[in-house]
Formats: sequence, C-alpha cells, structure tokens
Amino acid sequence: MSVFEGFRFRTVTSPIHMLDPRVKFFFVIVIFVMAILFGQLLPLLFLFLVQIPIVFAAGVQRQWARSMKGAMFLAALIFLFNFAFTYFFTEYPRLPSGPLIEYSFAMTLRFLVLVESFSIFFLTTSPDRLGLALEQSHVPYEFCFAFTTAVRFVPVLAEEAQTIMDAQKARGLELERGNFIRKVRNYIPILIPLIVSAIRRSLELAEAMESRAWGATEKRTNLYVLKLKRADYVLAVVSVLALVFAVYVWLYIPIPSLSTLLRGS
Amino acid sequence: MIEVKDVYFTYPNGVEALSGVSLTIRNGDFVAVMGQNGAGKTTLVKQFNGLLKPTKGEVLVDGVKTRETSIASLARKVGFVFQNPDHQLFCETVEEEIAFGLRNFGFDQKTIKRRVTWALNLLGLTEYRQTSPFMLSGGERKRVALASVLAWNPKVVILDEPTIGQDHQQKEKLRQFIVQLNAQGKTVVVVTHDVEFVAECNPRVVLMSRGKIVADGTAEKILTDHDLTVQASITPPQVTRIFVGLADLGLPTNVIDVYEARRILLDFLGAKAK
Repeated sequence: MSVFEGFRFRTVTSPIHMLDPRVKFFFVIVIFVMAILFGQLLPLLFLFLVQIPIVFAAGVQRQWARSMKGAMFLAALIFLFNFAFTYFFTEYPRLPSGPLIEYSFAMTLRFLVLVESFSIFFLTTSPDRLGLALEQSHVPYEFCFAFTTAVRFVPVLAEEAQTIMDAQKARGLELERGNFIRKVRNYIPILIPLIVSAIRRSLELAEAMESRAWGATEKRTNLYVLKLKRADYVLAVVSVLALVFAVYVWLYIPIPSLSTLLRGS
Repeated sequence: MIEVKDVYFTYPNGVEALSGVSLTIRNGDFVAVMGQNGAGKTTLVKQFNGLLKPTKGEVLVDGVKTRETSIASLARKVGFVFQNPDHQLFCETVEEEIAFGLRNFGFDQKTIKRRVTWALNLLGLTEYRQTSPFMLSGGERKRVALASVLAWNPKVVILDEPTIGQDHQQKEKLRQFIVQLNAQGKTVVVVTHDVEFVAECNPRVVLMSRGKIVADGTAEKILTDHDLTVQASITPPQVTRIFVGLADLGLPTNVIDVYEARRILLDFLGAKAK
C-alpha cells in the first residue's frame, strides 16, 4: 500500500505548496517533455537531481522517498526489460557492455524522473486546490468533481483494502502461497469485497450529493479563487526558458554519453 | 491462553496505539474490551491472532510467540470476526463462504461438508445455504461472517463490535449465543462500545484509554465506577444511572443487572410499605 501513501495529502505549507497548481502543473509538463526529449543518461541524471532541492524546499522528503521506494520495483523491471530486449532482440545485438548498461539505466532514470516530478506535484498540491485549478481552467465542473473525488478516495480505498486483507487472513488466507496463478487467484477474496464496497460507496455518495442539491445552479461560485502571484510568474518564466533551452540543446548540441566521457579521460 | 507482556505497538504512520499493555486471558474467559474510539481496543485484539505484531514486548498464544509464527496457524486457534461483514464476504453462496476458511486450513471434503452444515444450523442460516451472501440483510450477513469463523471451531473467538447495526432482538439472540459459546468452554473476546450489552452479559471487562489498560475486573465493578467511566468516557448502563440517582434513598449504586435491580427495588418498596 506504500505506493498509495503518495496520494495522501497532509496540510503543510511551504513556498512550493503555495505555488499556483496550474503553474506547477506546467512545470511538471516541461519536465515531462524534457525527459521524453532526451534519451541519454547525463541530461536525465541532471533532471533527476535538479528536482531534489524542490523536494526539500517543500519538506515532503519522507513521503517522497516512500513513493520513490514504491516505484523501485517497476524501475527494476524497466531496467531489466531494456537490458534484455536491446541485448536479444535488436538487429545488431549489443553485448552487455558499458553503453548498454548506460542506455538501460537512462531509460530507468527517465521513468524515475517522471515519477519524481508527478509525486512532487501531488505531494504539494491539495486535492481541493487541484480541483479549483481545474475549475478555473474552464474544465466542466462534473469532471473536476469526479477527479477530486477519485483522488480523495484513493487513501480511503487503500485503507479498506488493508482491512479486507486482514479479515481474509484471519480466515486462513495466505496471499503468498502457491505458484504464480495461485497467487493471483489468492487476491480474488480481496478484490470482490473491495469492488462491491466501492460501488456501494459511490451510490451512497451520489445520494448524498443529490440530497445536497448537486448541480442545482449552472454557475457555481467559489469561496477561494486562485490568483497568480510573483513566485508563480517566476516559475512560469523559468519553465518556458528551460523548455526553450532544452529544445535548443536537443537540436544543436550533441550530448556525450557517460561511457565516451570516461573513455576519453 | 493468551498472554500479552508489556506490549507496545506503533503504526507505520507513527501513531503509538499501545503503550505498555499486559494482559492474560485464560482459557474459557469471557472478556469485553471497552474504551473510547482510538483507545487501542482493535489494535490490541489484532495482536491476538498475529494480524499485528508488537513493536516491543511479546504476545504468546498457547505459549507460542506471535512474532515467530504465521497468521494462518494462529487464526486456526484464534477466530476473528471483523466488524463489517462486507469486508469479508465474496463467495457466490453462503455455503461456499463458510467453507472458505475450512478449505484454507486444509480440512477434507467430508469434514468441510459436515462443519458447514453444523455452522449453518448453529446460526439459523440453513435456509440460506444456496443464497448469495450479498442478497442477505445486514444482520444475516453478520451471522454468515460469524458462522464462517465458528465453522473451524477455534478455541478463542474475537468479535469486533458485534452489536453495531443490530436491532434489540438480534442483539439479544447474539448475547445468548455468545454466553452459550462461552459456557461450552470457548474463550470469547468482545470489543465493544455497547455498555448495555456488556451489562447484560456481565463478563470480565478490560477498560482501555489512550493505549493503556486502565482497569480490569468484573463488569459490575468497572461499569459502576464513576471515575473510571469518566476517564474512559463511557456512559454507565441506564440501570446504574437510575440507582446513582436514587443513592440518597440508601440504595446500592453498583447495580448493572435489570433483574437484580427489580429485586432490590421491590424489596425496598416492600420494606417501605411495612
């Protein structure tokens, strides 16, 4: 359940938390684009490291470390797949050499950069502010509501899954027993109650919403309104510049790989 | 026998739910664990079948440390019925639901059939044998959950909030059932807020507050103790409150049983009439 911990929002205030979600999201998208642009190890390593000060500035290092730990399994999988597939299935099989390891590592790091930037975004943006940002970006309120509700219920569902697991373990269910197929089947007693209760809960939520006159007026007003501040403009400008710079580098400057650098020295 | 020795438990998120709890539950005991929300009741009983393992200290079930054995082998001895039956029901029929635990513990087909029939009968569910558990009412689902645990005949039965959402009649049935189980030699542990229910059952009460056991004794002693009930923020049973209100007439204040109360009142009125 540790992966879901990243979704649980804690009310903390920091300069990063105070940023406008829209600008922050733009920044995340810029990181995303840059991570996709570059396939080499060095720029990806740079992208990974450059975000770490942000994590500390926001004071979310513990939760962030937990999400990263949750991503480790997938990261290992990505590394192995890249390694194995470029080794066995490309036209000119590359031997397990420095460059191959570097390439596989770069692909893994690309994934980690994406996880890192998105987890920073979600760890420092409360679901409420996120919904507000969506609303003010003229996304129909139905979608905003569906989105914030979904985010809001992830930790609830995770907790419920834990209770169900406990209840079934108390009836002698051993999740780790048997071969792969058996292990997957072991999860049926967890999934069915979880899905049933999720459906039941959504129906109850719908009724509760109806009884509070959901959708009674076309135009909703908000108590809080997002407004761009100076820090937001700074971040927006920095993001745009970073993007322009990245595209320039991508077009005109050849990026050395780590292995050629090492060999050169 | 369950021995809890100076147990501390901290959840992964840093909340310390148990801080130095020691408790011995002998075979054949009937114990009610009471206390306000967040006092650590459920955390404590989850130690009994190994769902949670102590951060410090140890829990022994029949002399075996819970930290050194599997939940499954503990669950065979210590049956745990969760508060919400919807957290465990998943089969297509009630029969299958009850057989689930038996299959997990490796009983053979014949025994499973026999035990399922026995458990269905025990909780008056025989007519629902082929019904989907999702079609049943809340009370019936609760009974199916109970039957699915009792089916493998554990030595100890833990019931987490068994009375929630049950009407008076169901509660009374449940009470008789629990008393009967206990009379047959089963150790019964009930986690509950329901003071009236405890007063009627009159078990040993373990009172918790903020991760500690603040009192351990008979229901009569604890539920009528003014300071303790205030500390653990529980309301004494209605009968007790009446007798506390009548204390100036010289009536006893440690009454929790309705029949005893009636006898005392009749004696008192009889004496007055004379």
